[in-house]
Amino acid sequence: MLSKLWKAILFVGIALVFTGAFLWSSLKEGLGDFTRVLYFHVPVAWITVVFFFMAAYYSYRYLRTKDILFDAYAKISNELGILFAIMATITGSIWAKVIWHSFWNWDPRETSIFILLLIYGAYFSLRSAIEQEDRRARLAAVYSLLAFVTVPFFIFIVPRIYFSLHPDPVINPQGKINLDVRQRIIFFSSLFFQTILFLWIFNVRKTQVKLQMYLREYKETKLLEEK
Amino acid sequence: MKLIAEQIVKRFGTHLILRNINFEVRSGSSLVITGANGSGKTTLVKILSNLIAPTRGRVIYQNEKGSIPRDHMYRFIGLVGPYLQLYQELTAQENLVFFARMREVSDYKNRIAFLMERLGLKGREKDPVKAYSSGMQQRLKYVCALLHEPEILFIDEPRSNLDQQGVDTVYEILSEQKKDKILVVATNDSEDLRLADQIIKVGN
Amino acid sequence: MKQTWLIFVKDIQQEFKTRYAINAILLFAVVTLSAVSFAIGTFTAGSQVLSALFWVILFFSSMSGLSHIFIREEESQTADTLKLVASPMHIYLGKFLFNLILLFALEIILVPLFIAVMNFKLGNFPLFLLTLFIGSFGMAGGGTMVAAIISKASSKGALFTVLAFPIILPVMITGISATKKATETTPIASAQNELQALFAFGVIIITASILLFDYVWNE
Repeated sequence: MLSKLWKAILFVGIALVFTGAFLWSSLKEGLGDFTRVLYFHVPVAWITVVFFFMAAYYSYRYLRTKDILFDAYAKISNELGILFAIMATITGSIWAKVIWHSFWNWDPRETSIFILLLIYGAYFSLRSAIEQEDRRARLAAVYSLLAFVTVPFFIFIVPRIYFSLHPDPVINPQGKINLDVRQRIIFFSSLFFQTILFLWIFNVRKTQVKLQMYLREYKETKLLEEK
Repeated sequence: MKLIAEQIVKRFGTHLILRNINFEVRSGSSLVITGANGSGKTTLVKILSNLIAPTRGRVIYQNEKGSIPRDHMYRFIGLVGPYLQLYQELTAQENLVFFARMREVSDYKNRIAFLMERLGLKGREKDPVKAYSSGMQQRLKYVCALLHEPEILFIDEPRSNLDQQGVDTVYEILSEQKKDKILVVATNDSEDLRLADQIIKVGN
Repeated sequence: MKQTWLIFVKDIQQEFKTRYAINAILLFAVVTLSAVSFAIGTFTAGSQVLSALFWVILFFSSMSGLSHIFIREEESQTADTLKLVASPMHIYLGKFLFNLILLFALEIILVPLFIAVMNFKLGNFPLFLLTLFIGSFGMAGGGTMVAAIISKASSKGALFTVLAFPIILPVMITGISATKKATETTPIASAQNELQALFAFGVIIITASILLFDYVWNE
């Protein structure tokens, strides 16, 4: 019942965000219609980062407990992470074309999302190269954590060395948000509803793999009892 | 010293290899693992020697001071098996010195000389391992496994590649081992069953 | 520490008898360097481009040799033998030390060749050497760990570069930036950010590797 209510709220919320972004939003000076990319690009990029953290978290849990379920969670975090990373790259690239007149120019932020994509790619090619299940889970988890350790370098150090054209992130060191009231309302509700959407997608996938695992365990126990 | 296996289950993918293996071996006795080809003998030996982890259940090494943590188990083990190779490019002596020093064997030079003579490899210390015949390599593996006088000796297929004289020597060594330490042998050969105080049959 | 040293010495002994890793890595460096030099000529590229090229050659040459250390153990089936005599931390450190020495050997050959062939002018040579020295720790540390991971997978060669690239990229990015500064006559302090980053990266990646190596090595 509660989940049905949430779904209804989510549906209405996302619909309102879209309508608001295209019909109600005030436009920034110099950006014009392209202001609207903001409402989709930033939440998607934010969710990409959250998935990356979640993958590292579940990888850690897997190594601690050796429960194959956590490996499955880490895997779906990465799968969804790659999806959102691609969306963030595309929306960001559109923005870059308009503002900087080129789809891609190795701005530090572009570089970091690209590296994130590389890491996801490497993660899945590693998985596909190992047949044995527990070995695959172990090595993939180790790689996830190893990659995770290098991320602070891309976030903090590379931008310090290379000059960036990217606007300051919404939560910037000065604690300022350069948006007017309408923009803020749309932006934060977009962030909120997209986060809910992502949690929902993740939960559906989670339930799915959980059921698969139960089924397998059940079969296994039956096999053991037969003996 | 006690070697205890508790409800060991091993699964590779969807294939269940070992189902609920339980036993206990004490110092001064031996265990023989038998079973057809592909029944999981080697898998069980690898699990017992801590080379791979079981899917469920656990392996415990216990001495007077209590059970030994997993990280330290390797100090108590000697293992001879077809999947354990020596460094082919290095000479026999280089191999043995490396393993002896890693194992912190005091007076390793004499120990190596003693074992090389006992297994009939004296005079071949300077040859690279790849120049050894398969039977001689098998003998060398015994030397390597016995360097530190292990508390638990695992032998997977004790006779493989050995001639009659080699088998005799090995039998001598194995009966010495089970006098006051633990011996675990995995084999198909019914002759080897006479080493056994306990027998475990794996597979159907 | 003794075990680390023994493993290192054993690997050096093996390397002296086969010379596989050192041959692969040096030949790769020479071949790439001559290909690059041939393609762009001697006086055409500026110091900015050359700094980047140097690191690209260094990275890909090291990729051809750093993975060998674990693949060798896996292919000759000696990994289990080694597992029975040593604790994982010492194995990682021994192998790391070997790869570090291998990288230094590569750099000793590559640096003079690159300077001579590409007409690479360095205003601050000590800064360049310092960058290389500190950077090597991060490269060897990350490379050794990824080598351990892929030695257990089925398609080893191609996978190594794919997995190592994102891990080692911070070293490359900061290394290139510091090298650019070294081409001008600037004091070492001007590259303080880069050197600190390289150092921090080395420390972090080696610490993480030591903590995670257990899970790679023990089945």
